[in-house]
Amino acid sequence: MNSNEQHLLSKIATGNGHGENSPYFDGWKAFESNPFHLTNNPEGVIQMGLAENQLCFDLIQEWILNNPQASICTPEGVNDFREIAIFQDYHGLPEFRNAVAKFMEKVRGNRVRFDPDRIVMSGGATGGHETLAFCLADPGEAFLVPTPYYPGFDRDLRWRTGVQLLPVVCESSNDFKVTRKALEDAYERAQEANIRVKGLLITNPSNPLGTILDKQTLRELVSFINEKSIHLICDEIYAATVFSQPGFISISEIIEEEKDIACNRDLIHIVYSLSKDMGFPGFRVGIVYSYKDTVVHCCRKMSSFGLVSSQTQHLIASMLSDDAFVDRFLAESAERLERRYKFLTCSLAEVVIDCLKSNAGLFLCMDLRHLLKNKTFEAEMELWQVIINEVKLNVSSGSSFHCSEPGWFRVCFANMDDSTMEVALTRIRTFVRQHKDVKIPKRKCWNSNLRLSFSSLRVDAQSMLSPHSPVQSPLVRARN
Amino acid sequence: MAIEIEQPSVGLSKVAVSDTHGEDSPYFAGWKAYDENPYDELNNPLGVIQMGLAENQVSFDLLEEYLEEHSEASSWGKGASGFRENALFQDYHGLKSFRKAMASFMEQIRGGRVKFDPERVVLTAGATAANELLTFILADPGDALLVPTPYYPGFDRDLRWRTGVKIVPIHCDSSNNFQITPEALEAAYNNAKAMNIKVRGVLITNPSNPLGATIQRLVLEEILDFVTRKNIHLVSDEIYSGSVFSPTEFISVAEILEARKFKDSERVHIVYSLSKDLGLPGFRVGTIYSYNDKVVTTARRMSSFTLISSQTQHLLASMLSNKAFTENYIMINRERLRKRYEMIIEGLRSSGIECLKGNAGLFCWMNLSPLLDKPTREGELALWDSMLHEVKLNISPGSSCHCSEPGWFRVCFANMSELTLQVALKRIHIFMEKKGGERNQQIFSQ
Repeated sequence: MNSNEQHLLSKIATGNGHGENSPYFDGWKAFESNPFHLTNNPEGVIQMGLAENQLCFDLIQEWILNNPQASICTPEGVNDFREIAIFQDYHGLPEFRNAVAKFMEKVRGNRVRFDPDRIVMSGGATGGHETLAFCLADPGEAFLVPTPYYPGFDRDLRWRTGVQLLPVVCESSNDFKVTRKALEDAYERAQEANIRVKGLLITNPSNPLGTILDKQTLRELVSFINEKSIHLICDEIYAATVFSQPGFISISEIIEEEKDIACNRDLIHIVYSLSKDMGFPGFRVGIVYSYKDTVVHCCRKMSSFGLVSSQTQHLIASMLSDDAFVDRFLAESAERLERRYKFLTCSLAEVVIDCLKSNAGLFLCMDLRHLLKNKTFEAEMELWQVIINEVKLNVSSGSSFHCSEPGWFRVCFANMDDSTMEVALTRIRTFVRQHKDVKIPKRKCWNSNLRLSFSSLRVDAQSMLSPHSPVQSPLVRARN
Repeated sequence: MAIEIEQPSVGLSKVAVSDTHGEDSPYFAGWKAYDENPYDELNNPLGVIQMGLAENQVSFDLLEEYLEEHSEASSWGKGASGFRENALFQDYHGLKSFRKAMASFMEQIRGGRVKFDPERVVLTAGATAANELLTFILADPGDALLVPTPYYPGFDRDLRWRTGVKIVPIHCDSSNNFQITPEALEAAYNNAKAMNIKVRGVLITNPSNPLGATIQRLVLEEILDFVTRKNIHLVSDEIYSGSVFSPTEFISVAEILEARKFKDSERVHIVYSLSKDLGLPGFRVGTIYSYNDKVVTTARRMSSFTLISSQTQHLLASMLSNKAFTENYIMINRERLRKRYEMIIEGLRSSGIECLKGNAGLFCWMNLSPLLDKPTREGELALWDSMLHEVKLNISPGSSCHCSEPGWFRVCFANMSELTLQVALKRIHIFMEKKGGERNQQIFSQ
C-alpha cells in the first residue's frame, strides 16, 4: 500500500491494535502450514493452542435430531420462519433471555437468580468486552487486569476504545493468586502515571490458569473495587467447565450471599458466552449482564452493533430450556473434561512435567521452568520454538499471556480426540527423554478409565480436526 | 444480602452518557404510539398502522417455499452431521461458500454487469455494524463524513456514536428532486473546512433512503470525481439495490468503477445487507465490499466484534447459491414491490397528495407541505402529530431525516398486507377530505 493510501485510513486502522502481531500467533502459522491429521499427516503440528470444547458434540447432535422444531429450516420449524426472520428487537427474544438466565443459574447450582431483563446480547464475549469498555471508560482511562491473561483482551478492550490495560502482577510462588498487595501496587502505579483507573477485569475461571477464585479472594476484590469506587468486570465464560472440587463461586453469589461486606451492586458486570461451555463459538452468543440499570440500557443500545442472529436465538432458546438435556449435558461435560485433564496431567507427570493445579477450563498450564536454559523470556521463546518445530505441538507461551515469569505454557486439551491426545503425549515423552537425563518413574498412567469413549460418536479424527476448515491467523477465531 | 451502600456511583463513559444513540429523535417517538396501540386487522382495526418501519414482508412465501423444499441443505444435513463443524466455525473470513453466494447474489442484482470477488467480501452482523466499522477505519475522532440529506436517521448513531466522527450534511432539496449536485458537495466540504473539520469521505445511500429513488449515472460520476479530487473515500450503502422496481434502473458505483477500469477504486467501499432485499433483518447479515486491500484486511479483523452466526451463514449459503431460486426471487420481489408502490402512489394521488417520483425501496417520499400551518419544522411536527394521533398512522417526518425542507414524510408500504395498506390509504383519504373541507370553510369565512 502506498503512502497515499496509508494516511487515507484512520489511526485505529493503521496501528497495531488488532493484536495479530503478538507472538501468541506465531505457533499458529506453523500449525496452519503443516496441520496434523491422524491418517493424512501424522507428522504434522498438533493444535494445542486453541481453547475449544469439542468433547460433547454427540449429546448436542442427538438433541438436534430429536428437536427439529428448534430449527426454522425444518418442516417442523418453518412455520416460525417469518416471525423469527423479522425479529430484530435489541431486547432479544424473551424466550432466549429466559433460557440463558436459567442456564446461567443452573451452572451456578441454582444458588443465584438472574433477571432475564438484565440479559443483553453482544457479538460473542469479544463484542461484550468491547461494549463494556465503551460504556464504562473514556479513551486514555484504564482497566486493571491480573496476569497472566487472555491475549485477546489487548484487542477487545483497547483497540477501538482507546482504553488502556494495566497489569496486576501475579506470581507462581502463591499459584498466581490475586493479592491485595498486587492490586494496590497496580493501582498506585496508575496514579503515579496519571492514568485514571475505571475498573478491574477478572476472568473466573481463569484463562490461561484453569483455576477458580476462592471466596476469600472474591471478597477481597469486591472490597477493593468498592474502596476505589471502580467497576468490576467478571468474565465467567468458563463457568461450566469447572470439573472438580472446589466448586465454582460466581461473583453473583458474593453479591447475593455475603452479608458482611460492603458492596455497591452498580459496580458489578458479568460477561458470558456459549462459546466455551457449550462449544458454540461459531454462533456468536455473547452476553453482558450488569447490575446497574444505566449500563444495561447503554449496552443494550450498543448491542445493535452485534446482535445475536434471531435464528440462533431461537435455537438456543429451545435447547437451553430443555431442563433434562441441560442437566445431563452439564454433568457429562464436566466428567469428560475431568477425565481428559487427569489423563493429560498423569501422562505429563510420568515425564516429570508438573502442571499448575487446576480444576476448570479447557486447558492447563505446564511448568517447564526446569527445561529453560536460563530464567529469561528469551529462553522461554527458544524452548517454545523447539516445541513448535521439533516436538510439533502448538502450545501457548506464558509470555504471550503477559505472564511475569518465564517457563509456563498453556496446553489445550478439549479440542481433539483421544488418539490425537495420545500422539501428542508420545511426542512429549520422546522429547523429554531425548533432551534431559530424566529418570522416568515406574508408575504408569495409561489407565483406560481415563480415556474418553464415545460409543455413539463417530470417532473420526478427520472430522475432529477437519483440515478442510479454513485455518488462518488465530484471531480469525474471534476468541480462543 | 451484602450490605448495599449508597455511593455516588462511579461515572460511565462520555459515550455512554451522550445522547448520540439517537433514540430521542421523533423518528422513534411514533413507535411508542404504535407499540401502545398496534393495528391488527381483526383484533384492533382502529389501532395505529406502522408505516415508519422499512421492512420487506412481501416475499416471505418464496423463502418459506425454498426451505420446505431444501430443508436438509439449509439445516445441518443428514443426521445433523454438519452441526459440529458449523458450531465451531468462527473464522472471521466467513464461510467461503457463503461469501461466494453473497458475491454471486450481488452480481445478479446488478444484472451481471459487474463482478464481485468473494475474497473482498467482509461479513458483519448487519449493515448497522458495517457502517460503524467502516467509519472506524476511514476516519479519526473529530473528523467528518459528508452525507446527503435527507438521510436514514440511524446514521446519526451508526456513524457517530462510538466513533466520535461527525456528519456534515450535503444539502439537497426538491428543486431538482433532491439530487446531489457538485455545488452541494463543494458547499458541504467548505462548510466542514470552515469549522476546521477534516473531511474523510462521502457516504451515499443508493437507492436512497428515504427518497426511494436511485442515483443517476451522471451524479455518481460527479461524486466519484469529487472524492478523487479531494482525495477522500466514498462509501456507497446499496442495501436497497435488490428493491429497485425495474431491473435496469439501478446503477451501482461498482459499474462506474469497472467502466473506469478501477482507476482510483481503492477509495470506494460498498455496504450491503440482506435485511431489506430478502426481508431478513433478524439474521444480522451485513457485508462490506472494499476495493482497498488494507481496508478489507482491517475490516475483517474488526469484524471479530460482530461476526455473523455460522448457523445463519450456512443457511444462507445454501439458499443464495441456488441460482434458479435467487433469479426467481429477485424478479418476483421487484415486481411485487413495484405493484405496492403503484398502489400507494395511486391511492395518495387520488387523495390529492403527491410524492417524489420513486423507483426503488420499501417506502415513498410524500409531500405534505401544502398542508403545513407553518412552513417550519414545528409545523411539520404538528402535522406529524395529527397523522399519528388522529389518522393513526406512524409515518416518519422529514426533519428526523435531516431534510432541509419541511413537509416531507417517508411512508413505508412493504411491511404490511395489501389490505392493511388499503385501510391506511382510506384513512388518509378521509383525513384529506376533512382538511379540504376545513380549507373551504376558512375561505368562506374570510
